[in-house]
Amino acid sequence: MTIRGAAYVAGIYEHPRRDIPDRTLFEIHTEVALGALADAGLAMSDVDAVFCDDTAGFGPMSLVEHFGLRPSYFDSTETGGSSYLAHVGHAAAAIAAGKCSVALITLAGKPRTGRHEVSFASGSDAGFESGWGIAGAPHTYALAAQRHMYEFGTTSAQLAEIKVAASIHAQYNPNAYLPYAVTVEDVLNSPLVADPLHRLDCCVVTDGGGALIVVSPEVARSLNRTSAKILGHGEAIKHTNNGGIDLTYTGAVWSGPRAFAEAGVSVADIKYASIYDSFTITVLQTIEDLGFCEKGQGGKFVMDGGLVAPFGKLPFNTDGGGLCNNHPSNRGGITKVIEAVRQMRGEAHPAVQVPNCQISLAHGTGGSLGSKHGSVTLILGQEDA
Amino acid sequence: MLPAPAPVINSTTAEFWKATTEGRFILQRCDACDIVLWFPRRNCPKCWTENVSTFDAQQTGTIYSFTVVRKGTGAFKDAGPFVIAYVELADGPRIMTNIVDCDIDALHIGMPVEMVFHDTGEGSALYRFRPASR
Ligand SMILES: [Zn+2]
Repeated sequence: MTIRGAAYVAGIYEHPRRDIPDRTLFEIHTEVALGALADAGLAMSDVDAVFCDDTAGFGPMSLVEHFGLRPSYFDSTETGGSSYLAHVGHAAAAIAAGKCSVALITLAGKPRTGRHEVSFASGSDAGFESGWGIAGAPHTYALAAQRHMYEFGTTSAQLAEIKVAASIHAQYNPNAYLPYAVTVEDVLNSPLVADPLHRLDCCVVTDGGGALIVVSPEVARSLNRTSAKILGHGEAIKHTNNGGIDLTYTGAVWSGPRAFAEAGVSVADIKYASIYDSFTITVLQTIEDLGFCEKGQGGKFVMDGGLVAPFGKLPFNTDGGGLCNNHPSNRGGITKVIEAVRQMRGEAHPAVQVPNCQISLAHGTGGSLGSKHGSVTLILGQEDA
Repeated sequence: MLPAPAPVINSTTAEFWKATTEGRFILQRCDACDIVLWFPRRNCPKCWTENVSTFDAQQTGTIYSFTVVRKGTGAFKDAGPFVIAYVELADGPRIMTNIVDCDIDALHIGMPVEMVFHDTGEGSALYRFRPASR
């Protein structure tokens, strides 16, 4: 059994704000849930499955209580920013198994104006993979960037091209945190945060949230809204492997083939890709690992507008991505799915809408390239895909 | 000196951290499949036996990757630029650490390094590395 065609993304909502001092975390969850349900043409009372991450309370219980629901299915898979892509895959499997028919996936967070805690190492690695002055994602991602440069000759200017492409797209998004184009020089002249990553190699820090509604084919057919068919899902965790870490690749080398096999498509079929962009290096390694180019050739691939919509080799992150638009709660996964669905519906900004966007990909990387992370790949298609 | 905040110590890691206060860096080896373990565990992560032995590891290695953190936070707030790295130990494992007592502009991947211990004052010492003296 596969999940190909067994479920659809029928509703999406991205919180329009990037600073939300006047709402609680749970109020933001409600706001985005209602937004996505309205987009689908459904009501809260239709929801029979709830998916959330670890920051939403005591597993899924707090949020289910807050929503006032009595779901027949729930899941609080936590793999950082890729959690929500995993939730889509898990919701599709649950729907295929007949456990539920309307799944609600929400994300909310306030790293700008509210409490936010990050703990990369609370397991048996505590004191070994944590400590050392590591105080945020840039430090460990920088280790991956440095090693990639050493092995493959990747340059800071090539990494900067990824920010430039995202910023070209962000110009058309009035809600983007950084809604203007930047140049390679702007990136290289921004302060070094952790060599070789500059400030502009990093994603934005934003309050916000988003929600997705995943439904059965029967529910999708009953709605007036165009849904995106879920064609394939793959997930993987890459970790330090007992002191054997290799910083040159990501878990996408495993999640990607699983998703492509389930979808029955190849990289040549992908018209648009939402690629997790916590940092420029995250994008570079991921496009290599998903097979859009040979390992080590990502630097060349992204040059000359390779990622710029609508006519680059691989149009990516047309909302401006986490690099320029939004990285709510320090987690960019839900916005990756949201923009992919906009592309499938033909509802991206006209300047960056990919023509005939029949099949798209969304990929999440949660945790750290420099120690451990959860990789999740989703492939979405239009109805006839 | 770079701040040396004490790590969290539990029953599995107590022996490891005690050894650091004596200037020793101990590693485990699985008696069954002969692989070196990192970080300290009760069970081999390959065959899951509890039959693992410890040995005094070589205190040398090479830089696998590194980054210069331009401005630290928390205990490292006033440390100035400092280096986080993975060092590949002579005994095999690649371990997260700091490089200290170095010219940060001269660091490079593959550089030979040797271990130093920075006492935390709380029954442990952080294992760090400096460029090898020879
Ligand atoms: Zn063993």
